This record gives sequence, structure tokens and C-alpha cells, in this order.
Amino acid sequence: MKTINKFKMQLCAKSTNESFARASVGAFIAQLDPTIEEISDIKTAVSEAVTNCIVHAYKEQNGDIYITVKIFENNKVKIIIRDKGCGIVDIKKAMEPLYTTGGSERAGLGFAVMESFTDKLRVISKVGKGTTVTLFKEIKSK
Amino acid sequence: MECKLNMTDDTLTAELDGEIDHHTAKNVREQIDLEIDTQTPKTLILDFSDITFMDSSGIGLIMGRYKKIKSIGGKVKIKNPSPNTYRVLKLAGMDRLAKIEREE
Repeated sequence: MKTINKFKMQLCAKSTNESFARASVGAFIAQLDPTIEEISDIKTAVSEAVTNCIVHAYKEQNGDIYITVKIFENNKVKIIIRDKGCGIVDIKKAMEPLYTTGGSERAGLGFAVMESFTDKLRVISKVGKGTTVTLFKEIKSK
Repeated sequence: MECKLNMTDDTLTAELDGEIDHHTAKNVREQIDLEIDTQTPKTLILDFSDITFMDSSGIGLIMGRYKKIKSIGGKVKIKNPSPNTYRVLKLAGMDRLAKIEREE
């Protein structure tokens, strides 16, 4: 697939940046003329992935989050959200709905939301090295 | 995110305004919990009319308040979520824990 546009950002794993991260990705995708629902789906999935980096990967400590958004032909979008945090010991378990290590105020639904609001989700993780979450979404023409 | 709290009879209404994520949920959670502790309402209405975005942090916020209010014999109602917020609520099965009132 041919990349027709690309956007990269690196930001501190601070919770104040959650809204900035999802808004930036949403604004970049806007060139594909998505529906309100499609843009909302993408922003929600990005917000979940970025929150995971802050809460789980870096445990609310310092670190950087790397986001790459690629737009391909046929309105296909690939969003890569990467951290260099602690990594996930058991990805299958982490992806189970309602499973969380984040305490009583976390719903354990991050991956379930990402899965539901995108076309495809890929998670690669190495303990002690970090995690890469890739989200795929096709923007249907209006 | 803004949160306006209003107690009438035994109903506590929290009018929420803005975006709910992991960053904004904490502050609102503390405000609502303080009010539940001092007022012990029978019903907590979370008014989502002016919520423009919510991710699963909002589910954590609702579930935490649901447990708290249930422990004192009360219930939670969710008012006017946007279509997107409603999808997150449905995905989490919130419609089974709380009454969701949507505007026609």
C-alpha cells in the first residue's frame, strides 16, 4: 500500500497530553472527510492507547509516547502508538474485557474499546522494552 | 471538564461539561464523592448533555460512583449521552447497571 501522507509526534507521557494527542490525530485524519462517528471512533481508540502508555507502561512516571499516523490510498489509516515502558507480560490477558491492573477506577476496557472502534488492532510488546499498538481504520467515503 | 453539583430532595445531579478522560475524571470523581459522603443522596443523576467526548475512563468514573451509591442503597441515572458516549456505555454494559435516559 502506498503511503500518501504521514504525521509523527513525540510527547511526554503526561495525562494533560491525552486530549492533545487524540485531537491532533483527529485533526490529521480530517483531510479524509470522515463522518463525525468515524472521527469520534478514532479519537476514542487513540485516547485509550495513550492512556495505557501513561497509566500502565510508564506508571504515571516520566517517559515519551511516539505516535505515527499514515494515510494510504483508498482512505485507509494506520495509527501506531508506541512507548518504551514496562511492556505487557500477558497480552491475551491484558486484552480481556474488564481485566485491569490499574485499580478500582479503571474499567479494564481500553483494548475492548480500541478493538470495537477500529477495523483491526495489533499489539506487540516486550517486557522491559515497551509496547506498540497499531490501529487500522478505513474511512468510508461519504 | 466542569462539574456542577445540585442537590434537591434526595437526588444529587452532577451536570458534566467537556471531555471525560483519565486526566479529567479524577477531579470530578473527588467532587462527586465528597457530595455523596455529605449529602447521602438516594439517586445520583450524571447529566451527560454537555459531554463532548468520553473514553473508558468515563466507565471507571460511573462504575466507581455506582458502587459507592449502591452501598448506601441508592441508584445511578445517566442522562443524555451523545451517540458516541452511548456506544461506549453500551460496550461496557452500563445499561444494565444504570438507567440511561436519552433525548428523542
